[in-house]
Amino acid sequence: MLAFIIRRLGTMVITMLCLTMVVFYMVNLEPNLKKLSISQLDMRSSDEHIEQWLVKNGFRENFFVRYGQWLGVIKRTPDVDPATGKAALRYKACPQPNEPYYGGILQGDFGCSTKFKTTVEAKLWPALSATGVLMFWVMVTMVPISLLIGILAGMREGSRTDRSLSVASIATTATPEYVSGVIFTVIFASWLGWLNGSAASATAQGVNFYNFTLPVMTMAIYGIGYIARMTRASMVEVMTQQYIRTARLKGLSFSSVVIKHALRNALIAPFTVIMLQFPWLLTGVVIVETMFRYQGFGFTLVEAAGNNDIDLLLGCSLVSVFVVLFTQLISDIGYAYLNPRIRVQ
Amino acid sequence: MQFETIGGFQILFGVIVRFWPVWLALAIVLSASFVYRKRLGLYGELFTNSVGVAGVTICLFWLFTAIFAPLIAPFDPLSQVAVMKDALPGTVVPDTNGVYYFGGDKLARDVFSRMVYGSQIVLVIAPFATMFALMVGITLGLPAGYYGGRIDSFLSFLANLVLAFPVILLFYLLVTPEIRQLTFDSWFSRVTGIGVSIPRGLAAFFFLFPVIFFIVLFWTRFKNRPDRLWIQLALTVLIGGWIYLGLVFAIDPFGLISIEPSTLNIFVAVVFASSPGVFRIVRGLVMDIKTRDYVAAAQTRGESPWYIMIWEILPNARGPLIVDACLRIGYTTILLGTLGYFGLGLAPESPDWGTAIKDASRLLRSFVHPALPPTIALMSFVLGLNLLADALREQSLKD
Repeated sequence: MLAFIIRRLGTMVITMLCLTMVVFYMVNLEPNLKKLSISQLDMRSSDEHIEQWLVKNGFRENFFVRYGQWLGVIKRTPDVDPATGKAALRYKACPQPNEPYYGGILQGDFGCSTKFKTTVEAKLWPALSATGVLMFWVMVTMVPISLLIGILAGMREGSRTDRSLSVASIATTATPEYVSGVIFTVIFASWLGWLNGSAASATAQGVNFYNFTLPVMTMAIYGIGYIARMTRASMVEVMTQQYIRTARLKGLSFSSVVIKHALRNALIAPFTVIMLQFPWLLTGVVIVETMFRYQGFGFTLVEAAGNNDIDLLLGCSLVSVFVVLFTQLISDIGYAYLNPRIRVQ
Repeated sequence: MQFETIGGFQILFGVIVRFWPVWLALAIVLSASFVYRKRLGLYGELFTNSVGVAGVTICLFWLFTAIFAPLIAPFDPLSQVAVMKDALPGTVVPDTNGVYYFGGDKLARDVFSRMVYGSQIVLVIAPFATMFALMVGITLGLPAGYYGGRIDSFLSFLANLVLAFPVILLFYLLVTPEIRQLTFDSWFSRVTGIGVSIPRGLAAFFFLFPVIFFIVLFWTRFKNRPDRLWIQLALTVLIGGWIYLGLVFAIDPFGLISIEPSTLNIFVAVVFASSPGVFRIVRGLVMDIKTRDYVAAAQTRGESPWYIMIWEILPNARGPLIVDACLRIGYTTILLGTLGYFGLGLAPESPDWGTAIKDASRLLRSFVHPALPPTIALMSFVLGLNLLADALREQSLKD
């Protein structure tokens, strides 16, 4: 088991290296650098001016040298002002030491955001905790509801409850966030006026029922159908097993069979599915946070991508790739623990 | 200024009348399929349960809407009638007989016509992109599942690499005008004078797979019958190469096949994002099926590995693949909507549903009506595809 986890962690590191290199390459393409320098200078900058800015900020160095600097295995040379002997601020925002230094991911230095004029850490961690709050509430509503629907539907396959719940869960999987978000806003904010159509106040004044219900509902709806269908399939399979028939023939009531015998075995498959929902939640987070103007991770990612904010975008991709791979690992380990028939080699 | 408007009932009636070509086509196709359902195989079996009928009807409805869009839509999707800015549903356009059934949007365009024309964009890109993703996934998934070992580890690693990328980040990196402008200097561009950008390069790579697939398909089947083989191969190379040149490099000698650079970019991004998923499914299916007796029999007969993969394993994996293809077209539609919602790739005035939802959702506080038609259209189309997939799955489980 330990060897398996170590091997998986090794693959994870290699994957992260490959992916960050791809992102690094894409954000450093010439047109993207132009876009960045124009946003940092101004629209009417001359080509020489742009080139000068790019050279000064080290964008004209070798690709691998710069990737190494970002990783923290090659020293960065600060732009020292000869008159004072002090290093200039990176992108006019982030302080850096006066001597060449290692400043990369390995040292815990994520770099400097050109858009928000602050260090990436200062922007990324608050955004992540804000998204964590959103994710928490989404999970709290989505998981119990979907498990309940799945179990009710799978309990008696082919019954009327099963049919209607199945069609309902298909309908929710056909409704992406940007569709359900619009429809819910129209109904609950525009027509009924019960809820707040924007979660912008949640960042400043804290989360409450009025500003947070719509984003949570919008995100949860899309996931509910999928998890419910997986739970249903697993429940249907369990209900056909011999031991369920034995328990029924033994004279146990239907409800007791479902709760004591079927439920625990039926919940193994949904566990994996729920863990694998995290990567999908990331995309959902981006849409929902943009739609409801909630200043979380997704909002930051869109801002970073729209402005080609290199360090911030790399930070965001590192975080999201880590989340995806880590949840995959957890789901594999958890699956092996829950299901004694599967032993990891 | 006071406009003449029509009531809710008249709007409903007017819209139903405008859709007349769709109703006609639906009536013909549905009744024909219902009558001959016994002879139509898997498609015919769909008509035995209500979920299947609903799925087929919704999908065909949007298909016919896309085909007959110029007949249905009363206005041009891009034309603006200045006085109709944010007009409410059912407003009669002054000086004409036309009615803005679902009102006007913030640029005074007809919401109804835009919804109808939007279906064209979705129904062209989504199924074709899914087809290409299927081809790529099948061509790579078959050897990965069949041979296992190094090939499998390598291809699976690549697939996981793409799957670990959040889709939205991938789109932001791949589908921007900046990426399209950048061209690389290579031997190819020096010879032909065509600049190769990243989307073009990816298209050149991905679009090769269908051609390879069909060549292998015919080669393995007719290897011992040269008379048939050479005709098939020549046709594949000619037609495939023609489409390939037209789509990827826009140098179709007859000028028939061409694709907008921005559309190509979206196409490539969508194929790139969904082929690893197909790859994984095909790989899993092949690993399961290759343990069957008929595969062992074919191996004993001395058939070549590719013959076994394509002619023994693939036909037996078709059930789950058809179901997955249906779901995947729906998923691709959602992806296209996401692209539109973030304003990536498609032109800002494009009538596709995602862009329309984005434009309308910014103004929800003041006007609700431009948001609802595209959202409901997108939802119903994806729902139709999901119902279809569900019915197909049920049918294939029966066998």
